[in-house]
Formats: sequence, structure tokens, C-alpha cells
Amino acid sequence: MPRFVNRRPGRAARVILAALPFALAIGAYAIGSHIRLSENPNDKLLPSFTALADGFTRFAIEPDRRTGDILLWVDTLASLSRLAAGIALSTLLGLVVGIGVGLLPYVRASMAGFLAVLSMIPPLSVLPILFIVFGLGELSKVMLIVFGVAPFLMRDIALRVGELPAEQIVKAQTLGASTWQIITRVVLPQVWPRLIDAVRLSLGAAWLFLIAAEAIASESGLGYRIFLLRRYLAMDVILPYVAWITLLAFTFDWALRHLQARAFPWFAGEGRGRS
Amino acid sequence: MTAVSIRNVWKDYDGQVVLENISFDVAPHSFVSLVGPSGCGKSTFLRMLLSQEAPSRGEIRVEGEPLASEPMPDRGMVFQKYSVYPHLTALENVALGLELERSPLLGRLFGARRRAVLEEAAAGLEAVGLAPARDKYPSQLSGGMQQRLAIAQALIKKPRILLLDEPFGALDPGIRADIHDLMLDLWWNTKMTVFMVSHDLREAFYLGTRVIAFDRTRTRPEEQAAYGATITFDIPLDPADPIKARIRAAEDAAAKDLDLPVSIQTNGI
Repeated sequence: MPRFVNRRPGRAARVILAALPFALAIGAYAIGSHIRLSENPNDKLLPSFTALADGFTRFAIEPDRRTGDILLWVDTLASLSRLAAGIALSTLLGLVVGIGVGLLPYVRASMAGFLAVLSMIPPLSVLPILFIVFGLGELSKVMLIVFGVAPFLMRDIALRVGELPAEQIVKAQTLGASTWQIITRVVLPQVWPRLIDAVRLSLGAAWLFLIAAEAIASESGLGYRIFLLRRYLAMDVILPYVAWITLLAFTFDWALRHLQARAFPWFAGEGRGRS
Repeated sequence: MTAVSIRNVWKDYDGQVVLENISFDVAPHSFVSLVGPSGCGKSTFLRMLLSQEAPSRGEIRVEGEPLASEPMPDRGMVFQKYSVYPHLTALENVALGLELERSPLLGRLFGARRRAVLEEAAAGLEAVGLAPARDKYPSQLSGGMQQRLAIAQALIKKPRILLLDEPFGALDPGIRADIHDLMLDLWWNTKMTVFMVSHDLREAFYLGTRVIAFDRTRTRPEEQAAYGATITFDIPLDPADPIKARIRAAEDAAAKDLDLPVSIQTNGI
């Protein structure tokens, strides 16, 4: 009998093992829901699967009686446009500042300490300031995402740029490259796939700040909706909404991973994590 | 054909003297091997030739002109590792030097101009025997092929001086012999002056027209900081040495085929 560290599941076993935690979680929910509902048919805490399906249908397919909109789509569109704007702005900042700090000693000397302090400010603690400065509209929500995500992206990109072997930068100079050309031909193309990794890591935080901002001041959005429904203990809608947010987040992560593998075939071969 | 003159060069880091009083002249079209124990400053010396670092005292002149204060295309470089760009194919790696020169703003060419550059780069790859690997990324190449690529990449700029920092140190002996022959042919045909740092004395003597050894002459612990390494041996090698006979064969071949700037027989990959 080989040691446990050397035993590997076969293909079928891997599928079963991967599905097992999901099945257990759903099963536990079904049992809990059944017990509570058989004690009190009006229990709202753990609605049955049919109730969840009804709740989802009410928000995702049937138009709202008051406005005539299909609320799930309105909320999704509102949230995703905020998320996209926040991530886009953060990415741009991350690239510009990160490459500057990672490559140019003058920028590093001036920005590195400032960045280290900036990234320690808890973003939610400045949310009131953002609401005061940018108002309660879209801008303050986008800015919260930027505040929460951009410092991480800037520092991560700066680190990745710093990790590029010095030989590469020197070699580029012997090939006649200017500073700008070193950025466009040596640094930037090698930063793209690393940027995708960094954005993937920061998406979780971006969702957190998005939902926090929407919960506090908003009239639409996925975070607004679940916090609104909380008042009515409408678990039959909140749970599908959470599942929907999870699905969206998972899809973005998956898409970015595949974009990286497809657009930068050299990156996988380069041996990530090499010092 | 480039003469290099090194005058009273010292290098120290925060009072720690690494090199002291290095002076020598290098005739045009020399192949200078720099040898010495680890930490003797031979790589530091090479970096000064590259202008990656500046001498603390003294100066280095090329053709009577002081060196520029930063790395320039007149001096090509091949490092032991990381010389080639992982995100570019072999062909793009070689074309890079030409693209940077012809497209100052983007460093990138398009259409017919790009095709012209790629054609030139393909000839450069051919010269180092890498034509079949033109569309591969460096991670798909063996160590020996990566170093051939690094050489082709440096040579596309037609540097007057080529600097090699233990370029073949990580290669297997068989591959090393092939790439040595290639290096000699390229050196002979391009008329470059070559400086090579090496750990391998056989390699240093086989390739070099001159072997210069750096070492510390004072080794007592309390003297270590105040005294650096200097030249302990400077051995000109007789061009008539039988080991070098093959170079003359290359010369004869080149004489018959003067129109081609780089005409060499490749020795497999």
C-alpha cells in the first residue's frame, strides 16, 4: 500500500470528489429546510427549492409590477457597469503607477513610501468621505472600488516589474531601446499576463466594496437589492441573488484565466514563480 | 576593428575595493578572455565595459573616445541567463534591435517594413543555426539554443564590441564545443572585438587571442577591504598555435566569399 501522499484519484474519482462538497452542502440545506418547514410551513429562513425557484422567477423573468422592469437584469446591469468602471480605472492606475515605481528610480523614490501608506488606509473607512466628496451617485461607488483595489494593483505591478531580470533591461539598452521603448516592448508585454493574475485576485475585493457601497446608498444594484430584501427576510430571493453574484464572479475569474492562457501562450512556459 | 584602452581603472563599493589599477590596451579584433576566481571582479569589469557601472577612478576608451555613460548599441552583450525575451519568438527576439531603431515611437513595425525586418532577422537566425526554431518561444528552446539566440540578437546591431558574461557556463560539454566553433567563426567574420568572462580555463585559452587573469594579490583578512584584484597574468596567445588552425580555415573560407558579411558553416544545433 503506497503512502497517502502518493495515492492519486482516477478520473472518475476526481469528478466525484469535486462534486461531493457541493452535494453535501445542498443536501444539508435540503434537510435543514425540510425540518424547519415541517415544523412551521411559514418559516422564511430556509425556503424550499421550489420557493427559491419561484423567488428567482419573480425577479429574473417577470417584470416588476410597479416599474415594469425585470429587476434582476436592471440590478445586474447597474452593478456590472460600476464594477467595470472601477476595475478599469484601477487597472489603468495600476499599470501607470506600477510600471513607474517598478522601473524608474525617480518615480520609485517619490511614490513607493506614499503607496505603502495609502494601501494601509481601510477603504470602507473613507466611504463616508467619498459620499461627501463625490455625492451619492455612481461616482462615489466607483471610487470606493478604485480606492480598495488600485493600491493593491499598483503595488503588485510594481513588484512584478521589479522581478523582471535586470539583464533584460540592460540588454534592451544595448539593442538601442529608449526608456519609452523599454516600457512598450519589454515591460508592458510581460506585465499583461501578470496584470490578469492581479485583477483576478482583486475581483473578490472589488465585489466586496461594490456591494458595501450599494448597500449603503443606492437605488439599484445587486447589493442594494439583497440589503433591501433583508428587511422582509426574503430569503427566497436573497439566496438566488447570492448564487447569481457568485456565478458572475466565478465566470469573470474563469474568463480571465482563459484569456491569459490564450493570449499569452509564452507565459505558461516561462515557469511562473521563478525568482 | 576596434581598439580598447583601459587606463588606471579602479572600482570600489563603499570603501570595499574590488578592482585596483587595471590598465591594458586591446588591439583591434582581439578576443580577450577574462578569467579569475569567483569574486575577483571580472564580471564587474565587464559591466564597466558595458557602462552598466562606472569606474570609481580611471577611464576606458574605445577608439580613443571615452565610453558613453550608459549601455549603447555599439557594445553588444550576452549574459549567462535572461538575455532573450520570453514573450517574443526567436525571430522576434532577433528583429527587436532593428525594430527599436526604425520605430522610435512604438518600437514596433507593421506591414512591409515589418516583413523586411523579419527577413533580416531570419538571416541572423540562420547564421547561428536556428532557422528551424524561428517561431518558437525561448522557453521551448534548449539552453544552447537560447544562447545562440542571444548571440544572434546581439549581432543584429553589428556591435563593434561584444561582451560575453560566462555565456556558455551552463551548457553541456558537447553543446559547448559546437557553440565555441560558432563563436569563433562569428568573431572572425564580423571583425568584432570580444571580451569574454569565463570560469573555464580551457574555454578561455581555446577561444581567446589573449587571456587576462584577475586576482587579489593581498589575501590577509585585514587587507581584503583596502586592496582589490588586479591583473596577475596577461597572456598573449600565439596565433600559430595548432588549436587555432581552424580559424585560419575560416579566414580562407571568408576570403573566397567576401560579399557576405556573415558567412559561416553552422555546426548543428
